[in-house]
Amino acid sequence: MILEGKNLSFAYDEKAGKIFSGVNLRVDSREHAAIMGPSGFGKTTLCKILAGYLEPDTGEVLLDGAPLPKKGYCPVQMIWQHPERAVNPRLRMKDTLADGQEMEERIIQALGIEEDWMNRYPQELSGGELQRFCIARALGKPTKFLIADEISTMLDMITQSQIWNFLLEETKKRGIGLVVVSHSEALLERIGVRRIFL
Amino acid sequence: MNSLQKKKILEIRELSVSFRQYADKRGSRQTSLPVISKLSVSVGEGEIVAVVGSSGSGKSLLAHAILDLLPYNASVSGSMYFQGEPLDKARIRALRGNQIAFVPQSTTYLDPLMPVGGQVSRTRKDKEKKEKQRKIFQRYGLGPEVDGRYPFECSGGMTRRVLLATALMGDPKLIIADEPTPGMDLALAKKSMEDFRAFADEGNGVLLITHDIELALETADRIAVFYAGMTVEEAPVADFASEETLRHPYTKALWRAMPQNGFQPLPGFQPYVKDMPKGCPFGPRCSGYSKGCQGEISMRRVGNGSVRCAAYRDGMSGSAAGQADESANPRAWAEAEAPGA
Repeated sequence: MILEGKNLSFAYDEKAGKIFSGVNLRVDSREHAAIMGPSGFGKTTLCKILAGYLEPDTGEVLLDGAPLPKKGYCPVQMIWQHPERAVNPRLRMKDTLADGQEMEERIIQALGIEEDWMNRYPQELSGGELQRFCIARALGKPTKFLIADEISTMLDMITQSQIWNFLLEETKKRGIGLVVVSHSEALLERIGVRRIFL
Repeated sequence: MNSLQKKKILEIRELSVSFRQYADKRGSRQTSLPVISKLSVSVGEGEIVAVVGSSGSGKSLLAHAILDLLPYNASVSGSMYFQGEPLDKARIRALRGNQIAFVPQSTTYLDPLMPVGGQVSRTRKDKEKKEKQRKIFQRYGLGPEVDGRYPFECSGGMTRRVLLATALMGDPKLIIADEPTPGMDLALAKKSMEDFRAFADEGNGVLLITHDIELALETADRIAVFYAGMTVEEAPVADFASEETLRHPYTKALWRAMPQNGFQPLPGFQPYVKDMPKGCPFGPRCSGYSKGCQGEISMRRVGNGSVRCAAYRDGMSGSAAGQADESANPRAWAEAEAPGA
């Protein structure tokens, strides 16, 4: 599958000017792509547009030539930088996980999510534990592309490597495309990415 | 770098912190939740000591315990010394903000009702202080327009820089910095680390608390590794050049998990304080776990560092490194490349 962004531009505040304009990118689901750029250049904004959370001011996002669906499960799923801000604080984790639709037991096991965590609220889990839920949630059956926006900066090295090794294996097995944002050169090197500069 | 010959600015021995909690919903019984047990760390003159560990290992609590900022239901035991003299509550109160500066982790530590310039200079009249504050702000790329802004008008990265400026403002002997860099871009993070270095080189000390071992390796002289509320290893940065020179199996696992060193994940989690195993908290994840690990384990001095591992023999720690882990691991992780092999 091909995820394409054509002539994308976006402004949060018209007066303050555009964050970016005329961005084109094309990612094949068989490769790993990285969006590169200094902080404040709109990497996260671009991720949100690619995953359908924001409408671009100009241009369009196409998945295999068709626009992203407006209703139902989006085949392009995003994993956020701050897991504590990406979950509903008033839902138990098992209910948050249910957002992921048709969750395979295998994924929950492989991510090391323990049964005991299911009944907890987000504030009762650490960042690394929460991020596992967020990743599982993004790996529902219809997922075709994953957008990973700095998903491991708040994690210690062991958790980072646990999570990335799982993700690389899983996306390879299911033919899911991967778009990554990371400041860590060593990590990008490990994942093996094609770099797209903003 | 030999830390023994240097004068210690801060020394913490076997610090423990526990919180009183209600044990049941009716609130008729209280229990004590031990969150830190046996933390030891010291900072010498001219030294930057990094404290690394996963989240929930008690890093921030350490800073709060040193500065007496813990909530009322916390109880602290163990001994703390500042410049050779024991630290008690009265002394902490006199020292903090003067001789001991703190860079807090959360950007919510600023007064929301006061412009940031005034919060840092802490004066309205003193010209010298104001100039100093302006100079520090300028150095971190905060223009004159920022002085009059309230904290909510600053971005996350800007707030970090303001917090850092508060620590550099006074004339401290020791800076305790709790995760000072997230939200800053690489250039700014580097600059703040250079400032810490310059500060330490004048004979002062820095305790840098971070989960980012790469940052710690770049700036610190020594690294203390925390796991589940305990110090498991303290070592000079040079020892992190290879796995063999490290002592504790957890530190080794941390080293192997770095993207540049093999990216090998160690399965499992840090135990939750309520279900802490007996003896070594790393035991359930360690391939060298044996009966000997279930008792009290004390910190032992080995070469230039020290380790808390019952199975440590010279040059060999409990886990005979990751190779043994690999076969015993039911979830075979993708990457099998052994580092340094």
